[in-house]
Amino acid sequence: MNKYVERLYNGIIKENPTFVLMLGMCPTLAVTSSAINGIGMGLSTTVVLVMSNLLISMFRKVIPNGVRMPAFIVVVASLVTIVQFVMQAYTPSLSASLGVYIPLIVVNCIILGRAESYASKNPIMPSIFDGLGMGLGFTIGLTFIGLIRQILGASLGITVFIMAPGAFLVLAFLVAGMNVVRDKMEKKGTPLAAPSGCLSGDCASCTQSAMCTGKLPGSTKKSEE
Amino acid sequence: MSDLYNVSSSSHIRDKDTSSRIMLYVLIALMPASIFGVINFGIRALLLILVCVAVCVASEWIYEKLIHKKSTINDFSAAVTGLLLALNLPHTLPIWQAVLGSVFAIIIVKMLFGGLGQNFMNPALGARCFLLVSFAGTMTSFTYDGVTGATPLALMRNGEAVDTMKMFLGTTAGTIGETSVVAILIGAIILIMLGVIDLRIPASYIITFAIFILLFGGHGFDGNYLTAQLCGGGLMLGAFFMATDYVTSPITPMGKIVFGILLGILTGLFRVFGANAEGVSFAIILGNLLVPIIEKFTIPRAFGLKKEVKQHE
Repeated sequence: MNKYVERLYNGIIKENPTFVLMLGMCPTLAVTSSAINGIGMGLSTTVVLVMSNLLISMFRKVIPNGVRMPAFIVVVASLVTIVQFVMQAYTPSLSASLGVYIPLIVVNCIILGRAESYASKNPIMPSIFDGLGMGLGFTIGLTFIGLIRQILGASLGITVFIMAPGAFLVLAFLVAGMNVVRDKMEKKGTPLAAPSGCLSGDCASCTQSAMCTGKLPGSTKKSEE
Repeated sequence: MSDLYNVSSSSHIRDKDTSSRIMLYVLIALMPASIFGVINFGIRALLLILVCVAVCVASEWIYEKLIHKKSTINDFSAAVTGLLLALNLPHTLPIWQAVLGSVFAIIIVKMLFGGLGQNFMNPALGARCFLLVSFAGTMTSFTYDGVTGATPLALMRNGEAVDTMKMFLGTTAGTIGETSVVAILIGAIILIMLGVIDLRIPASYIITFAIFILLFGGHGFDGNYLTAQLCGGGLMLGAFFMATDYVTSPITPMGKIVFGILLGILTGLFRVFGANAEGVSFAIILGNLLVPIIEKFTIPRAFGLKKEVKQHE
């Protein structure tokens, strides 16, 4: 398989951010009250993701390792601001319905996650396709949730589905479905990716646990004393 | 493996009370309220009760068939859930909504968490709140004697006078099973006599609620207002039949009292300061969620154990 196509496949199916990696849950639950909101949120995240992967991959040799997080945030925040202004200018109603979740793309873990785990280590072209794949995977996930919630909530009149609890219910059932698919794939011998990073719950062997705990891995003994 | 070879930890008490027997007692105790509801609201109420019970039992059976588990419909718990749900619905509710609520109660609130004994909130109330949020229109439109009218609690909220005697007997608008305090009390006495429920939860619940209404209700020591608040809405049905659900209430004696007090305060808050005149269902499911914490802090000291002395580190 072509490595660009492989990146797309990886983002959309194998490591789908919504159903497999379970990243970016805040917008997933908050804005998917209709399919159009899901598409809007997904596509704006995709744009930011592609551009940030491009820029970070471009500057990966310039950014000092010690300040890479702040540098990533500056890049992402600038891009998000641009996207926000563009949306306000050209799609004011969508911008109004997505509200605060557009500026909150800055702290979306998918974007920082891809910057940290892929774009900062790989050349420009694969990084762009990685961003595109992840972004499309996110868009598909959000649109799917939005579509189900819109049909059940707005069309059939079960109001709870366009409110917050409905998002949890729909997401839970979709993830459960995904797990059934995962089990079947494993039995066939072609397993899907397991949730990684924080979701595996394995902080002890995580190289980045210092970010969460504020302790350097080597200094844990000292701080306990 | 036969039960003989099942080694379990103490205490090894043999008792004739089984889940199915207790659930059967609850079903019997709910009969006065159900029969009164059918007489009060007509054949439509009976239809709704039958539909809810049938759908609850059927969904439990189908779910357990699908995941290859032993069927547990013989313990009557699904039937109790269905009956309780029906008693919490207005008799004018469209049938398909009642069906949806029953499926939600059994599949989502109960079976997905592991079935009887594992559910984190009362299935009937979970489903009632699901329906209340989903179908606010049909769930809050109450008809009595062919006239659409507000429930006594809603009337009081608008400052209108209510007849407390009618509320006590139950000849007012409301859901199928909640209107008649007399019928509910008969059922509650049956449960207490049979030892199925103990008085701690309902008593502390109702007393706390009464005190709350006296202090913050805004009517001072108005006996009429207090009686109407106590008889109105789902308070009695909730206090005796739903707050006392074994699975979703604390098991420790002290915890039961804490739980009741908590429910009383929450119900008072919802009724006095909330947007709705009702608040029992939401109070009980919120209380259900806090049960593990309450139990954790109210574990009684084992007999003979001294209080643990805090040691210096």
